[in-house]
Amino acid sequence: MSKEKLLVIGNGMAPGRMLEHLLESDPSRYAITVLNAEPRVNYNRLMLSPVLSGDKRYEDIITHDDDWYAAHAITLKKSTRAEHIDTAAHIVTAHTNGEPCTYPYDKLVIATGSNPIRIPLPGHTLDGVMVYRDLDDVDYMLRLASEGGKAVVIGGGLLGLEAAAGLKEQGMDVCVVHLSKHLMDKQLDSAASHLLQLEFERRGIEVRISTSTTEILGDTRVTGVLFSNEDSLDCDLVVMAVGIRPSTALADEAGLECAHGIIVDDDMRTSDAKVFALGECVEHRGTCYGLVAPLYDMARTLANTLLDDSKPFSGAVMATQLKVNGVKLYSAGQFGDLPDTPAVDDEVEEIVLRDAAAGIYKRLLLKGKNISGVVMYGDTEDGAWFFDLLKRRVDISEMRDTLIFGQAYQGGEPLDPMEAVAALPDESEICGCNGICKKTITTAIVSQGLRTLDQVRSHTKASSSCGTCTSLVEKLMVLSLGDSYQPAAVPPVCPCTQLGHDEVRRRIRVQSLKSIPAIMQALEWNSSGGCAKCRPALNYYLVCEWPSDYADDYQSRFINERVHANIQKDGTYSVVPRMWGGMTSSSELRAIADVVDKFDIPAVKVTGGQRIDLLGIEKVDLPAVWADLGEAGFVSGHAYAKGLRTVKTCVGKQWCRFGTQDSTALGIRLEHYLWGSWTPAKVKLAVSGCPRNCAEATCKDIGVICVDSGFEIHFAGAAGLDIKGTVVLGHVSSEDEVLDHVTALLQMYREQGHYLERIYKWAKRIGVDEIRKQIMDNSKMRRGYHDRFNASQAIAQIDPWAERVDGHDNHEFNTLKAHRLQVVA
Amino acid sequence: MMEHTIDWLDIGNIDDIPPQGSRRIQMDGTRIAVFRTATDEVYALEDRCPHAGGPLSEGIVHGNCVTCPLHGWVISMHSGTAQGADQGNVRRYRIRRDGDRLLMGKDLEVSDAATKPAEYG
Repeated sequence: MSKEKLLVIGNGMAPGRMLEHLLESDPSRYAITVLNAEPRVNYNRLMLSPVLSGDKRYEDIITHDDDWYAAHAITLKKSTRAEHIDTAAHIVTAHTNGEPCTYPYDKLVIATGSNPIRIPLPGHTLDGVMVYRDLDDVDYMLRLASEGGKAVVIGGGLLGLEAAAGLKEQGMDVCVVHLSKHLMDKQLDSAASHLLQLEFERRGIEVRISTSTTEILGDTRVTGVLFSNEDSLDCDLVVMAVGIRPSTALADEAGLECAHGIIVDDDMRTSDAKVFALGECVEHRGTCYGLVAPLYDMARTLANTLLDDSKPFSGAVMATQLKVNGVKLYSAGQFGDLPDTPAVDDEVEEIVLRDAAAGIYKRLLLKGKNISGVVMYGDTEDGAWFFDLLKRRVDISEMRDTLIFGQAYQGGEPLDPMEAVAALPDESEICGCNGICKKTITTAIVSQGLRTLDQVRSHTKASSSCGTCTSLVEKLMVLSLGDSYQPAAVPPVCPCTQLGHDEVRRRIRVQSLKSIPAIMQALEWNSSGGCAKCRPALNYYLVCEWPSDYADDYQSRFINERVHANIQKDGTYSVVPRMWGGMTSSSELRAIADVVDKFDIPAVKVTGGQRIDLLGIEKVDLPAVWADLGEAGFVSGHAYAKGLRTVKTCVGKQWCRFGTQDSTALGIRLEHYLWGSWTPAKVKLAVSGCPRNCAEATCKDIGVICVDSGFEIHFAGAAGLDIKGTVVLGHVSSEDEVLDHVTALLQMYREQGHYLERIYKWAKRIGVDEIRKQIMDNSKMRRGYHDRFNASQAIAQIDPWAERVDGHDNHEFNTLKAHRLQVVA
Repeated sequence: MMEHTIDWLDIGNIDDIPPQGSRRIQMDGTRIAVFRTATDEVYALEDRCPHAGGPLSEGIVHGNCVTCPLHGWVISMHSGTAQGADQGNVRRYRIRRDGDRLLMGKDLEVSDAATKPAEYG
C-alpha cells in the first residue's frame, strides 16, 4: 500500500517543528513534500536579529539543513511558490522559478506565515524603504549598513527595536519612530518602557515617541522622512516594523474559512477536513499568534492530529523577550485581555520592586491566588519561573510576601534590612555620586558627634547629591547611634512612596527627572503607575520645574483642570470667564446674556472673586459655550485651577474719594501678568485702593493695600477652612516694584509649596522671616525667582478654552457610540 | 463547558480612549463609563459612584481603580467594589477587546451570579 501524501506549504519554524514531532512518533506513515517559497532550507527566524547585529551568522541559525530533509526522506521544493489549492481534487498548483507544477495530496498543511505590514505612506515604494521579515531583508540591511548613513525605523515594537539595535551595531545612525507614548506598548507597562527607552538613548539611538510618519521623501531613493509635527529627518534607509498580517490569500482563494487568519479548530483543522493550518497564518478562537511558544504548541497538536490522535490546542499565554544584546527584558501574561467576566473575589493586585541604582524594575500582577502577569526589566532571571507559576496557575498565597524576590529566595528567612547594612564591609561604597564608603561615614558620625542627616551630609557629602542612598545612610546612623537617632518623621506623599514632598521635589531637580515614570523609577515607587494622590502632585512638580521640557500629563490632572471647568454635584459644569480685575462692560455682559439664553443655562451667579459664574452646563456643550464667549473676547477664568484664580479690586482713586492709587488698574495689570500660572494650590489676590480695604485684600493669598506713599504687599491670608489675616511682606513705592515682588513671592511658593498646600500653610512651614529675607532683602534671589516665573509664563499663557474650541482633547467632550452589531458565539 | 451567546456591540477603537482615561457611552438609558488602564485593559462600569452618584468617567484612573471626582471614593474597576473603608458596589458591564476594537455585551451587565469564570470559560 502506498503511503499517504502529506503536502506542506511553507517552511518556517512551525511546520519544521511539526514535522519533527510527526517523524518522531511515526517516521513511515506519510510521504512528505514541503513547498518553500524561499530558496533555502529551514532557519530560525527568531534569530534574524542576532544575524543583523553580527552576533550570529546565517549558518548558525539553520534548524533543518539539506541532510535532515534527505535523512527523513522529505522532498523539499525550494523556490517553489504555491499558487492555487483545489480542495475538491486535492491538488496544489505551484511555480518553481516560473515553471508550473502540480502536487496532489491526501492531507494538506498550510503554514504560509504572515506578511509584514507596509504602511501605504507617500513614498513607500522608494528604494531604501523596506520591511523586516526574512534573511533577504537582513542581507539588504547589512549591505546598506556597511556604508554607514542614517536609518529610520518606523515602529517601536519588538521587531522594530531589534532592527534598530542591530543597525546601530552595524554602524548606522538610527532613529526609532513610535506612534504611541511607550515603546513596546503591547508587551510592557509604562515603567518598563521608560527604562527601555533610556537604554536605547544611552546607546545613541534616537527615540521619538508619540510621533507618526506622514511621508517618505526622495525621488527614486529615500532621502528622508516627514513627521506629523512637520519635523523632518534625513536618512538613507527606512525600515517599517509596524506589525504582521497573517497570509491568508491562498487559503481564502481556495474557499477555506478565514477572518484575520485562517480559522482552525482546537485540532488545527481548517473548514476543510483534509486541510490543516498552523503558525502565524492561523486564527484560533479569535486570536492570531506571532510568538514562537504558541506556534510550537500548535506544531505538537497538529502532529498528533495527523496521527489520528488528539492533543487539543487551547490557546496560550505568551512570554516576550527582546533579543538585543545587553537588554534584559521579560514580559508575560495577558495584560490587555482580562476575561470579560471577572469574579468579585479575584481582585487584581500588583507587587512592584524597583532598584534605581541598578536600573531594575519588576512587577507582578496577581489575580486571586495566581500570577496573571509579569513585567521585568534589568534582571530577568526569574522570568521563566514566574511564567511557569503563571501557566500552571500555582497558588502563590503562601509565598506572596517574598515572591517578588524570586525563586532562589523562597523558603529563606525574610531579610532584615538592618542586618544587611551591618554586614556590609567597611570599604563598600554607600554614596556613588561622591564616592563615600561605609567606614568614612560611620567614623565621621562617631568622631564628630554627628546627630542629624544634614550634619552627615555636610561633613561627609554622603547622600548630598542625588539622595538615592539616603535610606542607607540613615541605617548607618541608626547602627552607629542606636536609638538616639530618630529619622525625621516626614509624612510621605502617598502610600506609593516613603518620601515626603520636599525630598521628591529636591530629587526631581538634582536628578533632572523629567517624566512621571522617570520619577517613579528613580525614587523607587512601590506601585507601577502611582495613585490619584501622587500623580497630580508629580505632574505639578514637573510642570513647575521643567516648564519648557515637560509635556503636561492631562490624565494625571483632576477633572476640572482636564476639562477647564468646574464639575458640579450632578455632573454638569460651571464656567467662569475671566473679567480682568473684576471689571466688565455692556458688550461683555450682553455676550454672557446671549450665551445663557442660547444654551439654556439654568443659573447665573456672581462669585466672591468678582466674576460671573454660569452653572449647570452639560459637558458636551462646553466647547460651543467657550466658542461664543471667545467671540466676545473672553478667555478662561481658571476658576477650576490650582493656579492663579482672580485679582479682586476696588474702584480706587479713579472714582473713590478715599482712593490713594489706581488699584483697579494695578489689579488688572497683575492679573494680566499672572494668569495661566499653575501653583501648588489655588491663589487669589486682591488690591485695595486705601487702608479701608474694600477689596478685602487682607484675607487673600496675596494682597496689596495702596497707601499715599506707595503699596503695602501682604500675603498668607486665608478665608476658607481657616480664617487668618495676612502678614506684611513689605512696602514698595511703585507699581513695577509691586509686580516684581509679587511674582518673586509667587514663584518662591511655586518652587517650595507642597501640592495642595495654600500659601499661608507654606509660609508657616518656611517661616515668614525667611520669605521676607529672600524677597524683600535679597535682590539677587528676588531677580532669580522673577526670571524663572517669566520663563514659565511664556509657555503657560495660552487660553485653554480657545485650544479646545479648536478641537484639542476633542475626546473629552464627546461620548462613544455603539455603531455595529455582531454576534460572537 | 456551557455555550452562551452574547450579542456584542462595537463601540469603537481602543485609541478612542486615552490611556488612564475614560469615555462615556449611553446604553438603553444607562450612562456607562468605559475605562482604559495604563496597560490597555478595558473596563465598563455604570457611570455613577455608589456614594453620591458622581460621574466615575471623570475620575483619575490609577492601576485598576478609579477615584471619583466628587468625594474621592476609590472604586475597583475590576470588581466594581469601593476600596478602603468605604462600602458600595458599582454595576459592571461586559466589555472585551477584539484586536483594537472594543466590544460591549449588549444589555448584559455582569451580575454576581455570572462572575464565575467556569460558566463562560
